[in-house]
Amino acid sequence: MSLRSPLGRVRGLGSAKQGVSHFLWQRLTALALVPLAVWFVLSVVSLAGADYAHFRHWLSWPGNATLMLLLIFALFRHAQLGLQVVVEDYVHDGGLRLISLIAVKFLALFFGVFAAVSVLRVIFVGG
Amino acid sequence: MVEFALPANSKVLPGKSHPAPQGAKRVKVFNIYRYDPDSGANPRLDRFEIDLDDCGPMVLDALLKIKNEVDQTLTFRRSCREGICGSCAMNIDGANTLACLKPIDDIKGEARIYPLPHMPVVKDLVPDLSVPYAQLASIKPWMQTQTPQPPDREVLQSPEDRAKLDGLWECILCFCCQTSCPSYWWNGDRYLGPAVLLQAARWINDSRDEFTGERLDALEDPFRLYRCHTIMNCTSTCPKGLNPAKAIGGIKEKIAQRQF
Repeated sequence: MSLRSPLGRVRGLGSAKQGVSHFLWQRLTALALVPLAVWFVLSVVSLAGADYAHFRHWLSWPGNATLMLLLIFALFRHAQLGLQVVVEDYVHDGGLRLISLIAVKFLALFFGVFAAVSVLRVIFVGG
Repeated sequence: MVEFALPANSKVLPGKSHPAPQGAKRVKVFNIYRYDPDSGANPRLDRFEIDLDDCGPMVLDALLKIKNEVDQTLTFRRSCREGICGSCAMNIDGANTLACLKPIDDIKGEARIYPLPHMPVVKDLVPDLSVPYAQLASIKPWMQTQTPQPPDREVLQSPEDRAKLDGLWECILCFCCQTSCPSYWWNGDRYLGPAVLLQAARWINDSRDEFTGERLDALEDPFRLYRCHTIMNCTSTCPKGLNPAKAIGGIKEKIAQRQF
């Protein structure tokens, strides 16, 4: 039980004075994902039935490689920001919330880097 | 985690039934949430059958009739009975609104009347609004200036600047929107909620106020402001037809604007 006044509780630790960068990144990545997703779907369709050598040749073109890496970045950044919101909304236990937020960041970073490294491997090492 | 179900001692049980007087022709059933903290019993849903031929047109008229003629212990807030004081805000037929502005004829079938959702209940239809009131106080809902006020006249405002307050000043602080917002249900201790953010926008948009930046600073917080996910329950429930979601969008826009 706390005898603190409602105003004291509401003011709490004060404003975090951040949140706008999350807001902007979420919208910018969403915006970027529209053309990137269209490009990705069209590419998959056009590559249907192609063999590995053909795919590697396609991915090695700098334009395709760049778009693929940008897609991976935007996708995992957007997913991380979205999952962060879900955790903040629904996980109320302080310790669990902190652990979940850190886990979401680390997992998104791990899988994002893993995907990027895989793309680079196909381009530069192959096989 | 968020609690999606009511705790055992808050589960609503069936309550008493009050049949219509004999000879009533147009009978309407009102199922009303009752909770008496002194009894220690669970909340219950009482059933009142009302003769609409002997009752005013609004839900508040029916509540007053019940209180006057059927059960004097029914407790609810009311004052102006014309949608300007915001006292009789409650959940009618599944949506938050003012009992005095809600015509009984708009309700199909049996009417269900509950207190505003997700607030502690003081008694029956009376919610404890001390947290939303404190949240309102926390955004300093008054004019703040550094320039001393002219001694001989009021602070002037152009008609164009005054128009920027339209859609904001009309809020009567009934908290229908506040308590309809899922984000506010889950994080009401830290998220300021649509009603309070609309009030914040009212002062941020006021050309005479000189503390816009400080106001935005105080709001820039993942919980205070950015818990708004533009669900827009606030806008669809507002009994005054205001648009808190748009006002909140305006605040987010201003905070983004000062980055560029």
